Amino acid sequence: MLSRTAENLFWIARYMERAEFMARLLEVGARIALLPSAGHGYRSEWESLLQASGMAAGFAAKYGDPVQRNIESYLFFERDNPSSVASCIERARENARIVRTALTTQVWDALNTAFQEMRQLERRPRSQLELFEMTEWTMRQAALLRGAIDATLLRNDGYDFLGLGYALERADNTARMMDVKYYVLLPQVEFVGSGLDNYQWQTLLRAMSAHRAFHWAYGGEITAAKIAHFLILNPQCPRSLVNSATLLVSHLDRLARGYNRTTMAQRNARALLGELMEMRVEDIFEEGLHEFLQRMEREVGKLSGMVHDAYLSGEAR
Amino acid sequence: MDGTFFNEMYHDGAVRTPYARLEDWMRAMPAELRQMKQAEAEALFRRIGITFAVYGEGGDPDRLIPFDMFPRVFSQAEWRKLEHGIKQRARALNAFLMDVYGRGEILRAGRVPAHLVLGNEAYERAVAGIFPARGVYSHIVGVDLVRTGPDEFFVLEDNCRTPSGVSYMLENREIMMRMFPTLFRENRIEPVDGYPDLLRRTLASVAPQKCDREPTIAILTPGHFNSAYYEHSFLADLMGVELVEGPDLFVEGGFVWMRTTEGPKKVDVIYRRVDDAFLDPLCFRPDSMLGVPGLMDVYRSGGVTIASAPGAGVADDKAIYTYVPDMIRFYLGEEPLLQNVPTWQCARPEDLKYVLAHLPELVVKEVHGSGGYGMLVGPRASAEQIEHFRARLLRHPDNYIAQPTLSLSTTPTFVEEGIAPRHVDLRPYALVGERVELVPGGLTRVALTEGSLVVNSSQGGGVKDTWVLAE
Repeated sequence: MLSRTAENLFWIARYMERAEFMARLLEVGARIALLPSAGHGYRSEWESLLQASGMAAGFAAKYGDPVQRNIESYLFFERDNPSSVASCIERARENARIVRTALTTQVWDALNTAFQEMRQLERRPRSQLELFEMTEWTMRQAALLRGAIDATLLRNDGYDFLGLGYALERADNTARMMDVKYYVLLPQVEFVGSGLDNYQWQTLLRAMSAHRAFHWAYGGEITAAKIAHFLILNPQCPRSLVNSATLLVSHLDRLARGYNRTTMAQRNARALLGELMEMRVEDIFEEGLHEFLQRMEREVGKLSGMVHDAYLSGEAR
Repeated sequence: MDGTFFNEMYHDGAVRTPYARLEDWMRAMPAELRQMKQAEAEALFRRIGITFAVYGEGGDPDRLIPFDMFPRVFSQAEWRKLEHGIKQRARALNAFLMDVYGRGEILRAGRVPAHLVLGNEAYERAVAGIFPARGVYSHIVGVDLVRTGPDEFFVLEDNCRTPSGVSYMLENREIMMRMFPTLFRENRIEPVDGYPDLLRRTLASVAPQKCDREPTIAILTPGHFNSAYYEHSFLADLMGVELVEGPDLFVEGGFVWMRTTEGPKKVDVIYRRVDDAFLDPLCFRPDSMLGVPGLMDVYRSGGVTIASAPGAGVADDKAIYTYVPDMIRFYLGEEPLLQNVPTWQCARPEDLKYVLAHLPELVVKEVHGSGGYGMLVGPRASAEQIEHFRARLLRHPDNYIAQPTLSLSTTPTFVEEGIAPRHVDLRPYALVGERVELVPGGLTRVALTEGSLVVNSSQGGGVKDTWVLAE
């Protein structure tokens, strides 16, 4: 397959996963903001959300104070923000338009419909748009696309490049999402273990569509350790880091087999998976949750670069 | 109905045979159903993504070419005549190209003025003396035809470079079949969906001699910002070949390679949808980002086939067009089956004199223009526009040709008020490789504005499904 095609596929997946992440992030923010505030008001929560998603500087330059309505616009609609839902969907669809030949009609349909409906959403007056409607819509579009990929796409190398995009972006997003909690709580250590703390953890789980699943898997009190285990080390959780790493390894292995060539990316992904499988939740807290998550974000970034060098740059011989 | 133009459905107070079954269909369709179907068609086009992108003009970048649901119909006998005429023309045009880049016999015989060819902008000195595979320069010849009566067809122009629009021919049919399946049961319509296969076979048949295995074909596109990108990707998909951009290709060791996830892969035939000037920055425009440095060297040494070959444009130049009937006689020893539109070359003083005296009744076109831009339709122009054009004409007479305003045929078309006749033209696509072949059909373009004779999509034209009835 053309390297450029592979790159486009890779980014379709990343953009759509990112759009979904933005929607989930907005949902976390909105739910936390609904909580009777602990003195600081909703402003600090939104602020931390922008911090964790790496968009604080861009937002501040455009709007200054984090007002909810502006944050919603910035994260959802704005094209100035390359990570907004609208930007992501538009770019995913543009990438798809470029590689139409590598997609099935159903996959194209899912992306194109998302794009067309997005434009209709943009034309509606904001006063008639509920945030939850927007976030649910986004997750539905992302699910439709994944379904179309799953049900119709040939399991060839193109499928693996989509899979790599999904896995890398999801790993990055899970790490960032958990970090929201770090930023929210950091200035207020006295809340650890309080009702507010629990509520925030629950919100996080909800945003990851993992609230019920968590209770099935663990039961009892929600604690930071259980959550960290669930979202990082538990292979049952579809968004856990270990799960993303498993997916990464399986796609990289398939590519290496198909092309008859091993890569750095494959070796590094295996090392990462090995580490996560061996790890205990205590190790994470020993390292510091925030520090661990930051390291994971760096690892994922490095892997992404290696995938690029091995397959997407067209320099491979 | 309008009496001065040939109406392809109603003639001499009766419905012409090919359209017989459409009359009931049309009458049985209430306005609401029609509107519903029209909306459905538009939604289908949008969903499939068949838009032509117009960037840089503001507004919606993804535009739809208006689709008219009323089909345009040819009988088998009508089509046969056209088919023979088009094939003849495609053969002669290719013989001409081989000749003018080779021995130049037609020029030496004085049948075509040498300066018109050698001094032509589209004449590429860089390819003189090259013998492309099977001696084919133009592998896809789009012949634009108009009709003025039951048996009167004229060739308006030839397109030897990279004629576009074939995706509309294919998709219009798909959409009609989806929306009106009964029509296709009642009428026996020749299928057009063999086109992509035929194109692939044609391209494979012109693989370079150095290619000793199943040839690898690729379509070279300027990129997704190009207005015809949809068509490029659509054809690549249906043919099962890669769609590449310049940076995806590189030259090494006398061959062209594509960059793939598995390493370099050799390319044997490039169906390019990029203009000559952008093909190779080392040979043509040095600032081109769309091409492949070194491509022309590989082409010259027989390492790759480029379709259509660089330099093919000289055959479809409007100044050369006048001589196509002579080419047919010269190379094939046959009489032309399809007529040219009488044409005045404004470069000739006596022609210019005539044109200037008859501007209100003529159509004047730029020699190198396309897309219906830069032309004057005398009978529909204001006195002011005519004077304006007269000044341009006097300044650069060489730039223009003039033709009589043809009474383009009309076919019934769905319009705001119901059904009304609108003017149409036709572009079939001849494929030239080992053989010359045509699928039975083509692209019918329709001028949707009442009275308008300009069918270009950039000027308010639409498209129709084009039927050739089986025997």
